[in-house]
Amino acid sequence: MAHGERTPFQNPVIEWVDQRLPIFTLLNKEYIVFPTPKNFNFLWNFGAIAMVMLVIMIATGILLAMQYQPNTMMAFDSVERIMRDVNYGWLLRYIHANGASMFFIAVYIHTFRGLYYGSYKQPRELLWMLGVVIMLLMMATAFMGYVLPWGQMSFWGATVITNLFSAIPLVGEHIVTWLWGGFSVDNPTLNRFFALHYLLPFVIFAVVFLHVVALHVVGSNNPLGVEPKSKADTVPFHPYYTTKDIFGLTIFLIFFAAFVFFAPNYLGHPDNYIPANPLVTPAHIVPEWYFLPFYAILRAVTFDISIPFTHIVLIEAKFGGVLLMFGAVFALLVLPFLDRSPVKSAEFRPMYKIFFWVLMLDCILLGFAGAKPPEGAWVYIGQAATAWYFIHFFVIVPNLHKIEKTLPLPDSIDAAVRAAQAHKAS
Amino acid sequence: MSSTTPSDPSKRDFIVLTGQAMMGISGALFAWPLVHSMNPSADVLALSTTEVNLEPITQGQAITVTWRGKPIFIRHRTAAEVESARADDGADLRDKQTDAARVKSFEDKEQSQWLVVQGVCTHLGCVPLGQKPTDMKGEFKGWFCPCHGSHYDTSGRIRKGPAPKNLAVPPYQFVSATRIKIG
Ligand code: HEM
Ligand code: FES
Repeated sequence: MAHGERTPFQNPVIEWVDQRLPIFTLLNKEYIVFPTPKNFNFLWNFGAIAMVMLVIMIATGILLAMQYQPNTMMAFDSVERIMRDVNYGWLLRYIHANGASMFFIAVYIHTFRGLYYGSYKQPRELLWMLGVVIMLLMMATAFMGYVLPWGQMSFWGATVITNLFSAIPLVGEHIVTWLWGGFSVDNPTLNRFFALHYLLPFVIFAVVFLHVVALHVVGSNNPLGVEPKSKADTVPFHPYYTTKDIFGLTIFLIFFAAFVFFAPNYLGHPDNYIPANPLVTPAHIVPEWYFLPFYAILRAVTFDISIPFTHIVLIEAKFGGVLLMFGAVFALLVLPFLDRSPVKSAEFRPMYKIFFWVLMLDCILLGFAGAKPPEGAWVYIGQAATAWYFIHFFVIVPNLHKIEKTLPLPDSIDAAVRAAQAHKAS
Repeated sequence: MSSTTPSDPSKRDFIVLTGQAMMGISGALFAWPLVHSMNPSADVLALSTTEVNLEPITQGQAITVTWRGKPIFIRHRTAAEVESARADDGADLRDKQTDAARVKSFEDKEQSQWLVVQGVCTHLGCVPLGQKPTDMKGEFKGWFCPCHGSHYDTSGRIRKGPAPKNLAVPPYQFVSATRIKIG
């Protein structure tokens, strides 16, 4: 490979290894001297935070797996044993259970950051799409993890979500039986969910690796959405951003620890401390908070879609909901090809900026609608918010550039930073 | 060697295409055992019949048994319940079915007092309420699914709410006047 470019290391051991396998050269290039835009704000911390969360989840997960029993007769009791008898088992489990929430908080902020600053635009389309794939894999992993303690919410959440696939025309029922490995959610289901829950985080790890490779090819975006042009626009990653990331991470971990130590069950559902009972459905099934907006979209379709003035149903309500829910993630996946404005950052897009915040509120509203029983006004609120979500991505975003007058972009990151400093000094 | 030259391109294409096709076919064939291993296994399938003695169930009473891990509702319907189910045969039903088509006979005698259905809401699989005397039974006096509000009538037919189908009738038969075999 790059024989000529290697600068020798002082330490003879490092130098010996690096001559044969240039990992230290690589680390130096990608994490020490790596030129990074000098104007990051704190929203740029969340990628590193998400990475640390993934490592925490894998570490605590492997230790939990050493104590956990993936069998319907023993699963619930084995989790209780972890909580009561295993040394620091309560800590491992509370870190793992709340860690899933923290992981989603970090990834959602990270994603909305990208939406605001146009980080999905050329040349970062693939980088963005890999991110959406990571999000999908996280959802699958968290869903299957939540089934493992085998409480009432575990069981009924698994039943309701796997039943969604029965909506697929013709083969739906067969697919559900295949997913279950039986005729209801039962021991074979728990076994395979455990196997997959162990596997998927490592798949996530691999996709994160590709995500970072793609990032280091095209470089980071920044709050101005203007690409670095000269050395004056960037600083080396270390010590500038290692320090900033450690600072942000520390604050985040304090927030995380507050949940683990002072409100460990606040984000969970009490019904999951009742052992699974296939004959009794809880009065109100709610998914974990990070799935609520998607759950609201799923339930928004309460009507069959038929050929007008006939009784011929084209899409059953149940299938319509499933299509929309996956459509919501699909919208994010294809976003780089929907947005045609050449300006990246919402700071210079006065209209997009408003629509961004409206979308943000829309997602929060969807979250509330997903948490409520589907009755009365909440049905309509959920439907309106769902409609807006799709209008935003498929009507507004593709057409906004035609009418939006963007603000003048700064000549360079350096120029903008200096102008801001001069403004502050005066 | 005489009729073809080693560089005959059409022959090379043929070999490459055949090779690719064989790889594709063998890949697909080998995928099946892997996929099928996740389908219900022999021991799961072996558990798929249950016999139930109906004698202790008095009129108006309902019991729940399990078959293949799923709840089965067995209701000993009153004459009024049967009548109201039959009266609604002509109503605007989402999943059209007469009550007579949802019950079985024993030795040519229709056992319309016995309704046997899977206690699995056809929406997303919750267990509807209505088995216990104190349960909510919904607007049509049959069952009510609390998950997303589906109402079923005394024949287990869907009448209102998001569920698309009637409560399914499992495969079963009368082995005597007071015994059924499910599965
Ligand atoms: C992407 C990373 C991961 C996420 C988002 C995740 C998520 C979850 C969630 C939400 C639960 C349910 C917690 C509860 O309510 O009790 C859970 C449980 C569990 N997870 Fe993970 N997990 C991840 C990685 C792993 C890994 C790598 C392992 C290693 C084998 C693992 C092993 C377990 C075990 C054994 C349980 C059951 C014990 C328990 O419920 O606390 N997890 N996971
Ligand atoms: S599962 Fe019964 S109404 Fe949705």
